[in-house]
Amino acid sequence: MKEIILCKYGEIALKGLNKSSFESTLVKNVKRRLRRFGKFDYWRSQSTLYISPLEDSIDMDEVLEAVGKIFGIVKMYKALEVDKTMEAILGDTLDYLADALEDAQTFKVEAKRADKKFPHKSPEICAELGHVILEKFPHLSVDVHEPDVTVFVEIREKHAFVNAMKFDGAGGLPIGTSGRGMLLLSGGIDSPVAGYMLAKRGMQIQAIHFEAPPYTSERARLKVEKLAEEISEYCGDIAFHCVPFTDIQVAIRDNCPEELFTIIMRRLMMEIAQRICERENCSCLITGESLGQVASQTMGAIVCTDAACRMPVFRPCIGMDKSEIVEIARKIDTFDTSILPYEDCCTVFTPKHPRTRPVLQDVIDGQNQFDFEPMIAEAVENTKFKLIRCGERTVNL
Amino acid sequence: MVYFDNAATTQPLPCAAAAAVNAIENFGNPSSLHKLGLNASQIVSAARKSVAASLGVSENEIFFTSGATEADNTAVFGAAYSLGKRKKRIVTTTVEHPAIAEPMKVLESEGYEIVRISPRDGTFAAEDIISAVDDNTCLVSCMLCNNETGDILPIGRAFRQIKKRFPRVLTHCDMVQGYLKLPFKAKDLGADMISISGHKVHALKGIGALYIRKGVHIRGLVYGGGQERGFRSGTESVPLIAAFGAAVDKLYKNMDSRSTYVRSLSDYLRERIEQTEGLHLNSRADGSPYVNSIYVDGLRSEIMLHFLEEREIYVSSGSACSKGKKSSVLSEYGVPDRAADSTLRISFCAENTTAQIDELIDALKAAQSTLLSVK
Repeated sequence: MKEIILCKYGEIALKGLNKSSFESTLVKNVKRRLRRFGKFDYWRSQSTLYISPLEDSIDMDEVLEAVGKIFGIVKMYKALEVDKTMEAILGDTLDYLADALEDAQTFKVEAKRADKKFPHKSPEICAELGHVILEKFPHLSVDVHEPDVTVFVEIREKHAFVNAMKFDGAGGLPIGTSGRGMLLLSGGIDSPVAGYMLAKRGMQIQAIHFEAPPYTSERARLKVEKLAEEISEYCGDIAFHCVPFTDIQVAIRDNCPEELFTIIMRRLMMEIAQRICERENCSCLITGESLGQVASQTMGAIVCTDAACRMPVFRPCIGMDKSEIVEIARKIDTFDTSILPYEDCCTVFTPKHPRTRPVLQDVIDGQNQFDFEPMIAEAVENTKFKLIRCGERTVNL
Repeated sequence: MVYFDNAATTQPLPCAAAAAVNAIENFGNPSSLHKLGLNASQIVSAARKSVAASLGVSENEIFFTSGATEADNTAVFGAAYSLGKRKKRIVTTTVEHPAIAEPMKVLESEGYEIVRISPRDGTFAAEDIISAVDDNTCLVSCMLCNNETGDILPIGRAFRQIKKRFPRVLTHCDMVQGYLKLPFKAKDLGADMISISGHKVHALKGIGALYIRKGVHIRGLVYGGGQERGFRSGTESVPLIAAFGAAVDKLYKNMDSRSTYVRSLSDYLRERIEQTEGLHLNSRADGSPYVNSIYVDGLRSEIMLHFLEEREIYVSSGSACSKGKKSSVLSEYGVPDRAADSTLRISFCAENTTAQIDELIDALKAAQSTLLSVK
């Protein structure tokens, strides 16, 4: 018995004349993600991508799990490839679908002939298959409106396919169809979620992290690399940039008003991130900010931070409560890593009473008390780069 | 030396010993925030990944314990105390290892209803296990492979059906004798929890692990510093964990070829036993090739064991854990008392050879001629 996977794309089907470019990006992404499992045959037809394994050793459950994390696919079906004869369709289907049918109360059969030369017409296939299913599973009854299980038979050129097992895909748009963005990854719960959400809409994500050794430890950086590895399951390969930020933080502490430390620090982070964006052809910044969550995420603080930005800053978590963010973090499996208790650069030198309603001019004046430019250039210069490959878990923590 | 007692324990692999020594030298506490601590914690994390990969699960689902006995106890008491306030029924089998059977007795004395399923005609029917589960059940715990006979239980089928009908019932599998021997991963077993042991897979004694599926929450047994993500406190035994990881890494890669080879050993042993007068098999042909139960007409196990020991052939009588006690497991499997008295367990690893089996058969024949003539 050979099992294949059918992927339905959903939204891409609505893209009119651009549809084929979305489709080919999706197929490219799928191929790249599945390379580690072995060789597959791919073909597409009617907003469906067929994935057929060419090696016996491939575990299709693992493949299904990986495909379930590829954006652009809304539904997946596991299907059985059978010979194009009525006997094979009737015989193998019962074994293959036994588990699904045993648990159901009602079912229906649908059939589609892409190959019109097949001697039985679709209604005949439905009637015959329905008949044998009812014979084998007498507890079932037919419901053509809202069945528990829909058994779908598709007759194609070389083979027939039978499926009834439907799974949710990751949704969204294929990565690479919505430009590139730079995610500010701190190590908390929110920023991985923010990255995941924009990747879901097709953005290719790069990540930037600011470290402040010796105040932050190697563990803190490893934790962030681990988070990047975890979201790469969804986002694909991630270019990871690690910026040495200690000198700048010390300079802020020594030269700027204490209550504005955090705001000025964030403005400088934005500046460095933008310079790396320009180098890497990223056209936006992504942060995990949620309105009013902490002092640097109040409306006033965001105004001051954004004033330092010359490219769009996307904050997909802005209207979400912590509990909603945590829910997504659990779903994408970053939560357990995010809550590891290591100091990150945002918590070094935090003011006792940060200004929650900063005035932009005060912040600019505060920042201008020191010439940060040489330090910014040096930090950009000394930024370390690492490529996080999708699906690889190299960080031990 | 001929070592045929691999179900009791195995010889540690050189890579496992080396990993342990390395971890002894990197002696930091994984919880320390400094560099030495980080090094130790990375060793633990790498081993956790290896164990997780071998079961096809995520590293966050693996909790190291002091061995499979602790893993079993944790699973049984954890499930019972977490879910058992209203649901007092637990389904298990009559052939479990004492690490399961004894905790069950304790729970029984606390008012839990323990339903123990027996084998029929020498093996288990999945339906028997499935039909014993009802709405009032909190846990089903069954071993994958019996340690005395090598019988393989139909865990996958049973657990999957149980989870379909009663999604909230927890399923636990003591996989010790099947781990890295039989080609099962966590999802094949449909188990919420799986116990495994290090020293049965050529690592060291004193280390094991409990797999707990993501989303399953049970109470731990050991409280303290919050190690193992708060589930099992106590400073990690980094050397033992490192050895476990190294052994798993090595064995997992060629598990299939090892199993095929051991299957050929087992087939050869069975053939030789069948050809030799006075020697018989308790194990079924479809059991695990790693554990083979045989008996010798008229010769008590312990006498035989010491006779073989003289010739540097090491086997076990019944199961090493019962330390000479008469085995109720064998009688459950329908082995008559007289045969049980004479039962030897021949348990293989991939380092054994057919020449060693020949040596064993020759020794058994010699024992028959010397010991039986004395009688």
